[in-house]
Amino acid sequence: MANKKTENGSENRRNFLRLGLMSSVSAVAGASLISNLATGEEKKASGEKVRVLTPDGKMVEVDAESINNYPEAVITPEESRKGIPDKKFVMVIDLSKCKNARKCVEGCQKAHKLDDHQEFMKVQLMQNNEEGSPYWLPKPCFHCDEPPCVTVCPTGATFKRDDGIVLIDNERCIGCKFCITSCPYSARTFNWGHKEKFDDKSQPYSPETQVPAAEGTVMKCDFCPDMLRQGKLPYCASSCPMGVIYFGDKNEDIVTNGTETVSFSQLIKDRGGYRHLEHLGTKPNVYYLPAVNRQFPVERGFDVDEEILDRYKDVPIVKEFKEQGKL
Amino acid sequence: MDVIKRKKELVQEFSPMLEKSTKTSKVWIAFLVGVILVGLVAFVIQVVKGHIVTGMRDNVVWGIYIINFIFFVCLSYSGAFISGILHFFKTPWKNSVSRIVEIITVLSLIIGPIFILLCIGRLDRLYYLFLYPRIQSPITWDIIAIMTDLLGCFIYLYLTFIPDFAMLRDNSENAPKWRQKLYKTLAIKYYDTPTQRETLHKITRTMSVMVIALAIVAYSVLAWIFSLTLQPGWNSSIFAPYFIIAGLYSGVSVIIIAMYLIRKFYHLDHYIRKVHFMGAGVILLIISLLFGYFTFSEYFSRWFSHKIEDVKLLDTLFNRYFWNFIFANYIGVLVPVVILFFKKFRTIKSVTFAAVIAILGLYMNRYLIVVPTLESPYMPIQDTRPEYIQYTATWIEWALSFAGIAAFILFFILIMKLVPIIPMSGIIDHEREQKRKPHLSNNH
Repeated sequence: MANKKTENGSENRRNFLRLGLMSSVSAVAGASLISNLATGEEKKASGEKVRVLTPDGKMVEVDAESINNYPEAVITPEESRKGIPDKKFVMVIDLSKCKNARKCVEGCQKAHKLDDHQEFMKVQLMQNNEEGSPYWLPKPCFHCDEPPCVTVCPTGATFKRDDGIVLIDNERCIGCKFCITSCPYSARTFNWGHKEKFDDKSQPYSPETQVPAAEGTVMKCDFCPDMLRQGKLPYCASSCPMGVIYFGDKNEDIVTNGTETVSFSQLIKDRGGYRHLEHLGTKPNVYYLPAVNRQFPVERGFDVDEEILDRYKDVPIVKEFKEQGKL
Repeated sequence: MDVIKRKKELVQEFSPMLEKSTKTSKVWIAFLVGVILVGLVAFVIQVVKGHIVTGMRDNVVWGIYIINFIFFVCLSYSGAFISGILHFFKTPWKNSVSRIVEIITVLSLIIGPIFILLCIGRLDRLYYLFLYPRIQSPITWDIIAIMTDLLGCFIYLYLTFIPDFAMLRDNSENAPKWRQKLYKTLAIKYYDTPTQRETLHKITRTMSVMVIALAIVAYSVLAWIFSLTLQPGWNSSIFAPYFIIAGLYSGVSVIIIAMYLIRKFYHLDHYIRKVHFMGAGVILLIISLLFGYFTFSEYFSRWFSHKIEDVKLLDTLFNRYFWNFIFANYIGVLVPVVILFFKKFRTIKSVTFAAVIAILGLYMNRYLIVVPTLESPYMPIQDTRPEYIQYTATWIEWALSFAGIAAFILFFILIMKLVPIIPMSGIIDHEREQKRKPHLSNNH
């Protein structure tokens, strides 16, 4: 196994990572996939072996030491730049299952201590053309492989890690907002004013949690690396009742939505997976499965607060529904 | 000995401008200081309460601050450009306007960057730009370009001031002590000997070329801040030359307006004459045609190829911003063109009027480049908060903008109190030249 260098000292906490995602699968998918592994609870001495199942179906034995021993450890801004070794995180969003339940938004907001309207994950109602069928589009940060936001940052406050995640260090950010103008997906938000919660220093700041936030700095979806380190899914994926959001590791070619674990490449191949605004050349790490054979009609998503519904008033189908008095 | 006498005469002629303050000028200064104070109050409010007090929100993250920034910085670059050209090609009537141009250059280059600072969320961390610089970022390029340009322009401006400082040093026996001392220091032992004169001319000439080159680089880098992004209204290959032309458009206009005001308030009809307005008018005509051409090309190609995002942007421009668009890109170009095209329309007043229209149109053009683009991003804005959908500048932003303009005018007036606005050394040079070649015209 690679990564001998991480075997010792304070870096121990990251040892689990080479198996992190597999254990995450175990946490959500249960014994059918991986045996003898309970995430984050291993406190065994070195030498003890546990058996895990690899994505291609082989059972292997690994050292229990490799499992996350310190899931609660704070990752400092310095450490957060490195990324989780040997990982290449990827998200797949199945549009055919989304009904705008907004649980992903709420789960994310709660975890990141965001205000009502501040959303890292936005659910947009899209209608590509007049005849086109409208669909709900949950939109996180795409964690692009060619991230325009990272290129333009004058201080390196936003950075791309080896594991594919794009993060922001709000202790480095000077608030020039150039990254916001250069992101074609409007993924970034800015802290325009001071809020009381920024003063709550009970939790030490980490770019991996973005808590506590700071005035005059930029924030965005972070793929919840703190959860990934514990072998768990990001909050949006685990909060979704429909299993819309699959998350996983491209290197292992495996994604899971918590109930079902599948091969990433097979899923994209079988379901015609695509990336939003591919022509911009940013190479996103978020894939979409087209909204075909839907589980819900789009209007199921209109069952939300008046204020939320009001966001979509310019979309043709909403106008149509209003004219017909169905809303 | 003639020259020494003539120098004394000139200092005497211009010293009332330096020493006396009329009642009107005092009222003006008080008014400008007042506007700046209001701006300072606005600034304090913004620092204390954060950027929440501005009209900027997550979609339109750059508002009129950045527009003022582009406006002033481009004004400066165009000043450097024009001044460099005037100097390098020894334009016959340059003397009366060259100092106006130089002062505009330096002042706007000081005021412009202040506006970009107002845009920055964490001013307390500004030094991070130098502590953790990333050369990949166009902002870093811009910082390097602006700082180099500022240094170059300061040196250039100072070089052109030295002979006048020397004249003032030698001829202001009656001036207060501090003034004498100041002139003595600033003149750095320049005594207008033939060798000194030649060296200074050579250096100034070299700097004038450097300043042109610096201005072109700085313009382009500024344009790239926008055109290197993926935004539909910004991602355009003609932005760099477009910014140069637009900058010159505002530069020439501001020079014309400054000439008009200075001529009027300081009674310098003898030095700033109709020929200057006519010359500047023709230059403004050429630039307005070029500016119109660039504007047309820019929007025409977007309209003709009608990519979906471009169509969205044009829809915004032609609905929400219809009259702004008409004013910026039709009236702001066509009115100056019509006034300046026909010789019989060209009078001092009409040329100045054309310049005012040009500046207002150009400012609106800049607004339409920045704001509507940010209001029509790739992903549709689905929000219920009006301030997140449409940008409206708050009084804080306007107060600071006007404070910037007031500071520009105030510093202009103060510099004119230090050195005569018409370079005395230029007059001497000109007369010297005339003696040698009397057949040359008697233009200044």
